[in-house]
Amino acid sequence: MLEWKELCDQLFPQGHTVKADGQVVTGQGRIGDETVAVVGTLDHAAIGVDIALQLSEAVIDIMKQQPGAPILMLVDTQGQQLSRRDELLGNSPFLAHLAKCFAVARTRGHQLLSVVYSEAVSGGFLSLGMIADETYAVPGAQIRVMALPAMSRITKLPLEELEALCRTSPILGPGAHNFVALGAVEEIWEGPLDQCLLTALAKKNNLDKRRELGASRGGRTGAARIAQLVREH
Amino acid sequence: MSGAHKSFLERTARQRIADLLDNDSFSEILPPAERHFSPHLPVLGQPVAFDDGIVIGSGLLSGAKVLIAAQEPAFMGGSVGEIHGAKLTGLLERAVQQRPAAVLLLLDTGGVRLHEANAGLIAISEIQRAVFEVRHAGIPVIVLIGGSNGCYGGIGIVAKCCDHMIISEEGRLSVSGPEVIEAAKGVEEFDARDRALVWRTMGGKHRYLMGDADLIVPDDIAAFRDAAISLLGASRPLTLESITQEHQALQNRMQRFSACADATQIWQELGVTDAKNVPLAEIPEFLEMSAHVRREEHA
Repeated sequence: MLEWKELCDQLFPQGHTVKADGQVVTGQGRIGDETVAVVGTLDHAAIGVDIALQLSEAVIDIMKQQPGAPILMLVDTQGQQLSRRDELLGNSPFLAHLAKCFAVARTRGHQLLSVVYSEAVSGGFLSLGMIADETYAVPGAQIRVMALPAMSRITKLPLEELEALCRTSPILGPGAHNFVALGAVEEIWEGPLDQCLLTALAKKNNLDKRRELGASRGGRTGAARIAQLVREH
Repeated sequence: MSGAHKSFLERTARQRIADLLDNDSFSEILPPAERHFSPHLPVLGQPVAFDDGIVIGSGLLSGAKVLIAAQEPAFMGGSVGEIHGAKLTGLLERAVQQRPAAVLLLLDTGGVRLHEANAGLIAISEIQRAVFEVRHAGIPVIVLIGGSNGCYGGIGIVAKCCDHMIISEEGRLSVSGPEVIEAAKGVEEFDARDRALVWRTMGGKHRYLMGDADLIVPDDIAAFRDAAISLLGASRPLTLESITQEHQALQNRMQRFSACADATQIWQELGVTDAKNVPLAEIPEFLEMSAHVRREEHA
């Protein structure tokens, strides 16, 4: 698995100022003739109220200090922080606040990209990663909603059956490749990461095309069709 | 919409919509007769619902055109699968085109439907993006929470991405449910069987006192209806200024309450009159006990 420093060195061979503060990384990277604002997590951070506040502070700072700069999210999260304290203070409003910060950044012309470089899980991925215009992953990155044994316990479906289904259906099982098939991950970056990032930056797509992508890739065929039926009803 | 008290908690999605909106004004989009159900459940030998557990459509609220969605509590815990999620996203996109006076979301869910986990999570992200598009168009998105499943998982995050929230005393809002926390961190961290603890930590009164819910109502659909009418046309702009203010408020919350072990301590710290009696108080009495807090804290 890539460490965040190594990731940044590969993404920004012209140099970067990305630094860690606890489990949050922030800074800037030079690529081509652009300066990309970087914000992310490390060490499989559980995103609860503290990290959500730290990340949203960084996004607000970017809007004020680097208006219009592309923002790259570096994603390494095991999901939302599972704790009584975080729910008491409000994971819901704090994680929503982070999402709102990104949503406002998008309206202010910031291109939003994310790259899963280690792991991305459920509620953490929702607020840091999937909120981007486009999400990418590096080879070996793990993406999941829940590990299969836990899923088996909760759904009361036999583990063997789930494992067998995961081999054929991208809907259920862990894996970045499944999220590619479903349209939530644009692609897995192969080759020099700076070149991959440059290509992604050039696309400047800020519409949510994940359903159409999932349909064209054959992994998720219902969502685009149903939403269209509802719009055109 | 008749005078008799009708519990929001105990009713189905369709009954809630019928009683919330003006009489006979609801028109359903993709009703069960059209049979749009999850293609993933039969593969797992699971029963399907012909509406995939969510009712969507348009209607009138006090004469104003609204779009509305209600999650059906009895079907798989109101969980979000591919079709369920796409119906909601489609409705939000329709709102941007049609510009109703509001979009009402009656959320009653445990979050992602694990039987189609990846598609469910992505659907929630798409709902979230669509909510922001509706808000950017200046159309208020009003969340109503008062069902048996509460509002959990990723939808618990989406709920706070909307303009307004109306919650009942019975309503709950969180990301992780009590059972999930207990399973992951042990019963010392969260005893999911301690219902009083669940309500203190995640329940409507706490969310109202913290300022996360805008209005709290008794478990009565007529009360939800009146509350929703009061919010028609009131959209909250999502701007750098507004999120900077929200950031300040959340920072303050963290500084003041980060060390509090229990909701009762937070309520005392907030200056709620007779904080220990918050869980027992009926809504009118509770509103009296907390009026000055709401005035001073969340003006």
